[in-house]
Amino acid sequence: MSDGTETPVVGRGAAVIREIMSGGAARALLSVVAGFVIGAIFMVFSSEEFLAAAQYLTSRPADALGAAWTAIAEGYSALFRGSIYNYTAGSFEASIRPMTETLRFAGPLIASGLGVALAFRVGLFNIGASGQLLFGALWATWISTRVELPWGVHLVVAVLVAILGAAAYGAVVGFLKARTGAHEVIVTIMLNYIAAGILTFFFRTPELLREVDGGGTPKSDAPAESAQLPLLLGPEFTLHAGFILAIVGVVVYWWLMERSTIGFRFRMVGHNADAARTAGINVERTFVLAMAVSGAFVGLAAANQALGVRAGLTPDIDGTIGFDAITVALLGSSTAPGVLLAGLLFGAFKAGAPQMQVIGLSPEITGVVQGFIVLFIAAPPLVRAIFRLPPPQKTTVIADWWQKLTTKGDPK
Amino acid sequence: MKLELRGITKRFGALVANDHINLVVNSGEIHALLGENGAGKSTLMNVLYGLYTADEGDIVLDGVVHRFKGPGDAMAAGIGMVHQHFMLIPVFTVAENVVLGHEPTGILDTLDLDTARKLVREISDRFGFEIDPDALVEDLPVGAQQRVEIIKALARDAKVLVLDEPTAVLTPQETDELMGIMKGLAKAGTSIVFITHKLREVQAVADRITVIRLGAVVGEAKPTDSAATLATMMVGRAVDLSVTKKTPKRGEAGLSVTGLTVIGDRNNKVVDDVSFEVHAGEVLAIAGVQGNGQTELAEALVGLRTPSAGSIHLGKIDITHSSVREVIDAGVGYIPEDRSKDGLVGDFTIAENFMINRSYGPPFAKGLTIDFANRERIAAELIDAYDVRTPSQVTLAKKLSGGNQQKVVVARELSRELNLLIASQPTRGVDVGSIEFIHDRIIATREAGKPVVIISTELDEVTTLADRIAVMYRGRIVGIVDAKTSRETLGRMMAGATV
Repeated sequence: MSDGTETPVVGRGAAVIREIMSGGAARALLSVVAGFVIGAIFMVFSSEEFLAAAQYLTSRPADALGAAWTAIAEGYSALFRGSIYNYTAGSFEASIRPMTETLRFAGPLIASGLGVALAFRVGLFNIGASGQLLFGALWATWISTRVELPWGVHLVVAVLVAILGAAAYGAVVGFLKARTGAHEVIVTIMLNYIAAGILTFFFRTPELLREVDGGGTPKSDAPAESAQLPLLLGPEFTLHAGFILAIVGVVVYWWLMERSTIGFRFRMVGHNADAARTAGINVERTFVLAMAVSGAFVGLAAANQALGVRAGLTPDIDGTIGFDAITVALLGSSTAPGVLLAGLLFGAFKAGAPQMQVIGLSPEITGVVQGFIVLFIAAPPLVRAIFRLPPPQKTTVIADWWQKLTTKGDPK
Repeated sequence: MKLELRGITKRFGALVANDHINLVVNSGEIHALLGENGAGKSTLMNVLYGLYTADEGDIVLDGVVHRFKGPGDAMAAGIGMVHQHFMLIPVFTVAENVVLGHEPTGILDTLDLDTARKLVREISDRFGFEIDPDALVEDLPVGAQQRVEIIKALARDAKVLVLDEPTAVLTPQETDELMGIMKGLAKAGTSIVFITHKLREVQAVADRITVIRLGAVVGEAKPTDSAATLATMMVGRAVDLSVTKKTPKRGEAGLSVTGLTVIGDRNNKVVDDVSFEVHAGEVLAIAGVQGNGQTELAEALVGLRTPSAGSIHLGKIDITHSSVREVIDAGVGYIPEDRSKDGLVGDFTIAENFMINRSYGPPFAKGLTIDFANRERIAAELIDAYDVRTPSQVTLAKKLSGGNQQKVVVARELSRELNLLIASQPTRGVDVGSIEFIHDRIIATREAGKPVVIISTELDEVTTLADRIAVMYRGRIVGIVDAKTSRETLGRMMAGATV
């Protein structure tokens, strides 16, 4: 047996990723349901009516149950009103606005989710979506605020620069991994700090990107109108063409991973790097290319964040997107349709959270739901990996049921 | 100690690995458990050793029913196991390895190595093992390491000793020595379960034989039964492992290797100044005990390792420093020794596995897109031509049996226009039916006038297929001899003797 480990690049990590991804749609769906159930519990316990009724639970349990039910119903209908359709709004525009907000939030989540998903398929943990996004946004902002170009060209160049910037930043990770064997998790996390630092430096320095009449706080100018992503539904809505970019990204991702030979080699390396090497694939080069393409998808999110706004940017434009992207990719099993749906779901959470706050619920409940969804998806294999338990020997009831549902005729 | 397994059943999902297996091993008996790879021998022994819990059935030792929750329980009950892959710490001495886990201690809990040494010396002397308790395990030859494993088991008062494919790593001479040891142990009262698929060894050493096939006991056999009878029981039908070969039509030198030296992972010369030629229409077998540089040699030939000196020529082309892809494109087919690690992508379908080394252009790719129609057609043809038993071409490779997996690899490599075939352990872990098929295909490649290199640790395979045999020992080629050379001579060469 060869221990041909010239580069200690593939190990337990890749196996864990593979196992998380193998859960499929059934596990994703069940995790979402379970996440909502846990969210409901939080809602119940943050309801004052319920807590009051719980004081005399034994004498009149119906009160507590009723209060619990009211809390859940109110909480989730607020989430629905805030993210999909506001049936209490006066005008048509106002009632569908939540839906457009969901799409606007979903755009960067989907795009960056695709980036992380691609890395997963190659067996890499790209924790660096945040850094790649910031680095792409930095150069896109340079184009949008410091360079004058004709209408149309300006936007295209700015978007391309966002993609290239993020791709280059991703490629650095792949290069370091291929060259030195450095683990991509460590490298990406560190590069996140570096990107944030560089961006702040640029936004603080007048000669670089600081807004022209700005004060001491790091902030850029608003992107030139010619470089802004156009609004899709007119000035009534904030939804902009960034969502279209994300959808284009989904289609490209699907073609790349399912149809193209490049994606075939990506998947080959992700599944079995030794066999890929033996089959003549340059595994190290594949890592660099994969991280670059991963970064390119994150670059679409960078374009969303840097060019989708009408005001100056602050260094926190990545928000929590970098980490949300990981959850999107996990929930979406790293497939194109999965990432699309997961991005929409988490976009809805972002859009709907303020409505929950309006009715007195903590908006962080959506974060908790999101966290639990991912935990349910990732936990079984992660727990096994951490405790070095053997893989389960028996198929579960759910797996059997799913198998029956998905196989036609005789499974043999 | 008398060991009884009663109705042991072990299921993995829908697969029944052991189906109501009954086995009785009497005190002081060498009981061979004969079966093909994948027949369920190892599962059964893992149940016995407490690594798996049986779904049904009992383990009975001297009439007492035992339930093992782990190997610790099994050891305490007197069961010892020598695994195929040794469980030794190379940088520890023999004595340290033997007492690891139940160290004798002196005052203040200090390690009492003197007692350990005495223990090793005593067992070693009793059975003629000739093991120095202070030798570092990494300095010992493989045969001696195996004896350390046996001492380890005996030091814990093992009354039942399980040897799992113990001869896989041994030279023929070391195998003979091991058999002597087994007989000695049995005479002293130890019961031995000897797991193997090699008929020759069973006939030589076993008192009784239990044959298992597809997880169930097929029957008992006597060591005096003929090899043909045993093979038929094991496989379930008559088998013919001889290969008819035409007389070689030796052509030009297809592969010339000169002074090839490869530095291994531990910075030592794993391939040391190796030179040989393989002619068109000839099979050169590289024999040797596992771990003498054959793997690294094969990897250097296909570009997976960079040689530090020497040259490799394919015909007139120098491929010494070519990348793997260049070597593949030059028409070198390669069947790696570890198919699940290097030969296949388990989570890919069979069809996808057919294209893993040809993803860059026709017939599997059109521009940057996979040519799905072509792939489906070719996959169907190959599955048919190479007799791959599978429900469909979109079945994942990992779901196939070892033999069928190997046929996928063989089909992929032989279906291209080849200038050289390198097959490393082409039939390891493969059922007998598939062995016949794969051997035929390799010979067909030779008959088509291609040079073929076979790397195998199975002497039977080497002598069946080869026109000439090169024996490797510690990274060097000890000699290149005719295929009719006797097993004894080959065995001596495998231990380092020059011709």
